[in-house]
Amino acid sequence: MAIVVKRPKLKLWEQLYLPAIAKGMRVTLGHFFKIVSGKKKVTMQYPEEKWDEHLPEHYRGAPALVTDEQDRERCVACQLCEFICPPRAITIKPEEIPSDDQWAKVEKRPKAFDIDMIRCIYCGLCEEVCPEQAIFLRKDYAITGTSREEMVHDKEKLYEIGGVRVGLVNKWNELK
Amino acid sequence: MSEEKPDLIDVQINGEWHSFPKGTRMIEACRQVGVEVPHYCYHPKLTSPGNCRMCLVEMGMPPRPRPGDDPPEPDEDGHLPISWIPRPAIACANTIAPNMGIRTESEMTEECRKGVMELLLANHPLDCPICDQAGECSLQEFSVEHGNGESRFREQKVKKPKNVDVGPRIRLDDERCIMCSRCIRFTDEIADDPVLGFTDRGSHTVLTVYPGKELANNYSLNTVDICPVGALTSNDFRFQMRVWFMKEVKTIDTNCATGANITVYSREDKIYRITPRQNNDVNSDWMPDSHRLNFHWIESEARLTEPLVKDGDQHRSASWQEALATTADKLAGLEGSEIAVIASARMTNEELLITNRFVKHLEAGHVDTVPRTGEADGYLISADRNPNTLGVKTVLGLDDPGSQLSAIQEGIEQGRIKAVISLQENLIEDAGFSADTLKKLDFLLVSYPLANPTADLADVVLPGAAWAEKSGTMLNITGRLQRLNKAVDGPGLTLEPWEIVRDLIQATGGGNGIYSVNDLFQQLAAEVSEFEGLTWGRIGDLGIPLIETGETIPLLEREKERIAKGLIVG
Repeated sequence: MAIVVKRPKLKLWEQLYLPAIAKGMRVTLGHFFKIVSGKKKVTMQYPEEKWDEHLPEHYRGAPALVTDEQDRERCVACQLCEFICPPRAITIKPEEIPSDDQWAKVEKRPKAFDIDMIRCIYCGLCEEVCPEQAIFLRKDYAITGTSREEMVHDKEKLYEIGGVRVGLVNKWNELK
Repeated sequence: MSEEKPDLIDVQINGEWHSFPKGTRMIEACRQVGVEVPHYCYHPKLTSPGNCRMCLVEMGMPPRPRPGDDPPEPDEDGHLPISWIPRPAIACANTIAPNMGIRTESEMTEECRKGVMELLLANHPLDCPICDQAGECSLQEFSVEHGNGESRFREQKVKKPKNVDVGPRIRLDDERCIMCSRCIRFTDEIADDPVLGFTDRGSHTVLTVYPGKELANNYSLNTVDICPVGALTSNDFRFQMRVWFMKEVKTIDTNCATGANITVYSREDKIYRITPRQNNDVNSDWMPDSHRLNFHWIESEARLTEPLVKDGDQHRSASWQEALATTADKLAGLEGSEIAVIASARMTNEELLITNRFVKHLEAGHVDTVPRTGEADGYLISADRNPNTLGVKTVLGLDDPGSQLSAIQEGIEQGRIKAVISLQENLIEDAGFSADTLKKLDFLLVSYPLANPTADLADVVLPGAAWAEKSGTMLNITGRLQRLNKAVDGPGLTLEPWEIVRDLIQATGGGNGIYSVNDLFQQLAAEVSEFEGLTWGRIGDLGIPLIETGETIPLLEREKERIAKGLIVG
């Protein structure tokens, strides 16, 4: 059944519309003069001005790998991030840590870790799924390159973006 | 078979009555009616020591009246009431009894499982992100289904040896071991190489190899398959790929005439591992290491990826059209008696059928295949190292494969044979042809997956698919028809051998309406009497017995004896 919408009954000066237009123009001109006189700033002059300081805490930028305080790789190449990644941006090649290595206890590490930043949708599932707290979304947002190859972040680049993260991780915990 | 009907016994499982043959284990009875009883140490092909305690269930029997009391009254179906025993029983080593009751979902059963899981996880390392077994680990699965979710154990976990080399192909992590003893029983009972055992006591028990020995027998990798956790891992597969990424294809092994049923695990057209697949008429649950690991050549550098045509002394890459046209040109001027076709017993029945057509179409005077023999190992490996010799006899119609090879060589030497078409065979290295002999030919065509000395001499080289890259059927040593399924795509311009032969027939002027390997199978069913009435679907994953050969597989015979003795379930 159709619903009948009740229309408001307009008075004569409302039907003219002119007062409403004048009211709107007052607001517009108010802003105009504030900006022209330099009292108010609306547009950020990117790229001369950067966004970095204004990013919220929860901002999800480029995913990156982190090392711990002792410069050890946190990632054990479990490939859960590769599995969960919706656009399949992550490719990992695992390898065994040689038995004479100081951290041979961990047995496994990534040999290659590539994130295709053309594919990445910054969803943060990789960070959420990581059992070793090794991958985090950082605040880097200006990911540029002149070729597709350049847009693939390899292990070295990922550690460079990621930096160091403190806190105990399961695999180094002797009790586990 | 004039087998007597076995005595059936009524057993109540989770409130419902079912009938099973006398002597059935409780765990098998449950499995048959779709009730899963979690277990670690029990394996139907091994004896049941009952040491993991995971399969504890609540059990009950009819009450036994005290002297003078009335016996219990049966209900209208003849079942007596059950009085439940307050002590749980293991389902793996106990057999069913008349009027027995089993509860797998009761509070007591759940409590037992929870307790066992808690004790197992007290010392088990939580390194699933590193462990290869993650994703197919019984401990992980049962922990989700029956575990506590949180550990109450606050003390230090027991330290045990990690990353131990127990054999050339196997690595042991003692911390992950849950003492199910499956590997110990396998090496003792099936592989007859009892080198594994437990030493030390209590929570310090460790799995060890006998001093000075190693787990090196040709069936050692089966212990990795049956290990319910990640204690035993394969050096070959270690840290290569997580199991959840891989595509599983059910197919058969082509390294010998036994034709062990296998699963090929691949990802993005790269094979990572092969595991045996249960078929109680062929390979039970096992396969030899030598066959299991013989797949790395498939992605070797030497793979032929495009057709090659010889220009002067050098090969140059060509299109399929050009290679086929060159072949047709060269064969056009030759009499049938001047052509020899050498097929392969590694080809499927479908490929052999179309090869037979090709031979008839060319009116080729000489046909043979190359035999391969080795020593039978008394377990699963048969002396015939070709997977489809029986197919050669049945479909290609050769009575004694290999008997014509010397005559063909002689014919080439004397100039009677001017062209050889070698399909999926390496004549110099496998058939004993000499390079000088082959150089006398006017035309040599070789289709093979890998570059080899024979292909070097060929006028036309066609890249043929390897066994994992093609589909078809094969007949094993016992006369069982089994399906070979394509697991990965061949590299480059590789074609399956049946496609190559079909195109050769078309190029040399013959026609055929074959578009798939299934078309060929239908023609096989129509033309070869043994295959009459068969369809691709009827063969199924486990194959069907087709021809009576009288051959047996030694390992299966021994398993049958142990089933008859009641040692194993089978």
